[in-house]
Amino acid sequence: MKVGVLALQGAFREHIVSLEALGVTALAVRLPEQLDGCDGLVIPGGESTAIGKLMETYGFYEAVARRHEEGMAIWGTCAGAILLARSVLDALPGQRTLGLMDIAVRRNAYGRQSESFEVGLDVSGLSGGPYTGVFIRAPWIESVGEGVEALARHAGRIVAAREGDLMATTFHPELTGDPRIHRLFVEQVVGSPRA
Amino acid sequence: MSDATTGTLRVKTGLAEMLKGGVIMDVVNVEQAKIAEDAGAVAVMALERVPADIRASGGVARMADPTITEAIVGAVSIPVMAKCRIGHFVEAQILQSLGVDYIDESEVLTPADEEHHVNKWDFTVPFVCGCRNLGEALRRIGEGASMVRTKGEPGTGNVVEAVRHIRAVTDEISWLSGLRPEQLFAAAKDLQAPYDLVKWVAENRKLPVVNFSAGGIATPADAALMMQLGCDGVFVGSGIFKSGDPSKRAKAIVEATTHFEDAEIIARVSRNLGEAMVGINISDIPPAERMQERGW
Repeated sequence: MKVGVLALQGAFREHIVSLEALGVTALAVRLPEQLDGCDGLVIPGGESTAIGKLMETYGFYEAVARRHEEGMAIWGTCAGAILLARSVLDALPGQRTLGLMDIAVRRNAYGRQSESFEVGLDVSGLSGGPYTGVFIRAPWIESVGEGVEALARHAGRIVAAREGDLMATTFHPELTGDPRIHRLFVEQVVGSPRA
Repeated sequence: MSDATTGTLRVKTGLAEMLKGGVIMDVVNVEQAKIAEDAGAVAVMALERVPADIRASGGVARMADPTITEAIVGAVSIPVMAKCRIGHFVEAQILQSLGVDYIDESEVLTPADEEHHVNKWDFTVPFVCGCRNLGEALRRIGEGASMVRTKGEPGTGNVVEAVRHIRAVTDEISWLSGLRPEQLFAAAKDLQAPYDLVKWVAENRKLPVVNFSAGGIATPADAALMMQLGCDGVFVGSGIFKSGDPSKRAKAIVEATTHFEDAEIIARVSRNLGEAMVGINISDIPPAERMQERGW
């Protein structure tokens, strides 16, 4: 199995380390042609505006949508969740997303850096107790469409969701060293039948 | 379910992790901040004057008027950083109250304390500090900095000091990695750095926090050079808004920072950028006016 990690900006190195620890071949993707042959793609945390502009310049919007159509699973964390979403609340004017996942995401929903936090989360399908969610200037998932399963909530807001071969988390599993959500993506989301 | 906790070390260092591979740009007003955001900056540094102008005007340089910082905080959706003077913990308290996302305790401003830096553990908001070598980096981290940047020489458009400082940090990390455990006590004494951090660096062969490069980056090639030398991202101060076409240069530096190992892309984005800022030779700056000497 080969999983690409979009490496335009942000915490891509940590995702690669987490995936390799599970025995997966992980590849830093900086150009669209590197998506060929990837069974899955992780869009990491970073600044969604900066990553989005580089995606635009290098033709990633079309390439990622095409590869998803061909069966590539995608997981977006934080900025990546914003980039996957069908709609973004509090977006920058004209901010483009992939629009693949039927979720509405609110940017910087909790406020500025002083309000960034960590908290134990009950994540559906994960055994072994609460998962530490690290939320950094994080978005939340304001609403989900039919066919989207909410995987975790914090203070009433959805913070993790799945729609077939798409997954979104508004926190950062790559910063905790806890492999359970990476394992969930690799074992259950990549290669799962299209919803 | 436990309660949410703010201001943890992981949350503070985590924001720096999210900025990696990106460009942080100095801006002095809302218009520049929007140009920076539009060009793909991962954060902006809100200032009253860029380092080149601080250098030219002389006198005491202080924290910016809160009006400027607040206006920029309100105008962009990316993180906003702002500078306080070295050791000036009240300026830091003010910046935290204004809602900035990162405080830069910076040698670009005139130091307020010639012995002590701010005790950064006292704050919820994270700090970035400058360093010229490993000892200086680890002293700042010991005081609670959750990100460092090599200092370079601000406001010069001359990358030579930035190169000197990242080479010093990486050389010293290599040296520490080769030492036996009993040698680390003496190494900590020589580096004048906390032993626990020295031991961590020796075992992990890297800094415990994200390290950007600052001070003298003026071109896409400069940014890629610093990335290839091992920095996690770059600060560009005067280099963008003191150049002929700030928007175009800003976008080019962003692309070169992402594709720092791809010479064809760096060549393409380096074409027709207009005039770069006029640089200054370090030997033309009297030692007493070199900003990198500030901080200890």
